[in-house]
Amino acid sequence: MIRAFSALLARDLKLAARVGGSGALSLVFFLMIVVLVPFALGPDLNLLSRIGPAILWLSAVLATLIGLDRLFQSDEEDGSLDLMTGAAVPLELVVLAKVLASWLTTGLPLALASPLFGLLVALSPTAMAATALTLALGTPALAFIGAVGAALTATIRRGGLILAIVVLPLMIPTLIFGVSAAEAALGGTVPFATPLTVLAALSLIAAVVGTLAAAAALRWSE
Amino acid sequence: MRLIVENLACRRSGRRIFSGLSFAVGPGEGLMVTGRNGAGKSSLLTMLAGRLKPDAGAIRAEGIGEATLPECLHVVGHRDGLKSALTAAENLEFARDLLGNPAASPAQALEAMGLPHVARLPVGYLSAGQRRRVALARLLVCRRPLWLLDEPTAALDLASQGVLADLMRHHRTEGGLVIAATHQALGLEDARELRIEPVLSPSVPEEAFEGENWL
Repeated sequence: MIRAFSALLARDLKLAARVGGSGALSLVFFLMIVVLVPFALGPDLNLLSRIGPAILWLSAVLATLIGLDRLFQSDEEDGSLDLMTGAAVPLELVVLAKVLASWLTTGLPLALASPLFGLLVALSPTAMAATALTLALGTPALAFIGAVGAALTATIRRGGLILAIVVLPLMIPTLIFGVSAAEAALGGTVPFATPLTVLAALSLIAAVVGTLAAAAALRWSE
Repeated sequence: MRLIVENLACRRSGRRIFSGLSFAVGPGEGLMVTGRNGAGKSSLLTMLAGRLKPDAGAIRAEGIGEATLPECLHVVGHRDGLKSALTAAENLEFARDLLGNPAASPAQALEAMGLPHVARLPVGYLSAGQRRRVALARLLVCRRPLWLLDEPTAALDLASQGVLADLMRHHRTEGGLVIAATHQALGLEDARELRIEPVLSPSVPEEAFEGENWL
């Protein structure tokens, strides 16, 4: 069982790294949004550093959507999903391995790169650290919520936009608590730990519900 | 193992494809599923593989213990389940780890299919026939009793068709089961044939199109 799980994980990481994989794509998209915002808002450093965490979080949510539609669709198209139905592991574990690989190639790099991108929106060192921490804790929730949408739209050609419409409303709580946690670190009435624990809880809930829901959506091809 | 299908009916997109299909396949037996295009051959195999819910009827497997039916079968169909960016050996290695119960190594399996030289080539570079042979090599890397083959000879040259016939013969002498949807003789000459007759029109009553009933 562990062997099958790690084989799936290794395969998806390998595919993301090869030509045509979506490994660096969401990171580039993330960078693009963060770069464009200061141009749109003008060089008001106070304004930028005040809304900086919100910009980073918004970019992260949008960047998560890039490549998400291919999470199960590429396997559905070439028949790999049929292979996984007959795997020696339950489909829930297959989903878990695939979402984990997808988070390792999109969510985690976003969180790691966010201090660097924070420079572009004039974040203070504390805000950079706080945003990176909230992204690291919150992006798993985005990945698992996204997986449900990806599983539901796996058989639909060009289902990318439908996926975004299905998934974005469900990502709102994560966005709210992610941004509020990052801002709580900069002072204010709410202690940093409160929204941060809610964010972590959201990720844990999404991991359970998302895995079961995505597997249920994938189980029957019609 | 023994596969028993009773009174199976298939409906896709609201349209009844076939109904009243019953058959049983025991160890060492082969079954050729024939019928014209659109008769439901692939749908039948998809149902057996557990990817499509039967509209009516039951699929049972005996003698497989705790395992579920999808865990006891190999599927090779039109969609070959190979990743173009990975090499042939990597694809087979992945299938071996994912499906469990490993048998031959990827190198041995490719050797048996006459493709030792493509082991380190990305599958995307291979021709349709070579891809099909890599997909067939998957049958060898894990030991599973039931083989579901959907037109396995598509894109295969004569020599490879011979290799496939030998593989199926060997699998059956070891007590395996082979169910193949096909339009051609596959070297399954002694196998039984299940002909799926299509449902003629929705107005015809159900009883009029019972499939072969030969348990």
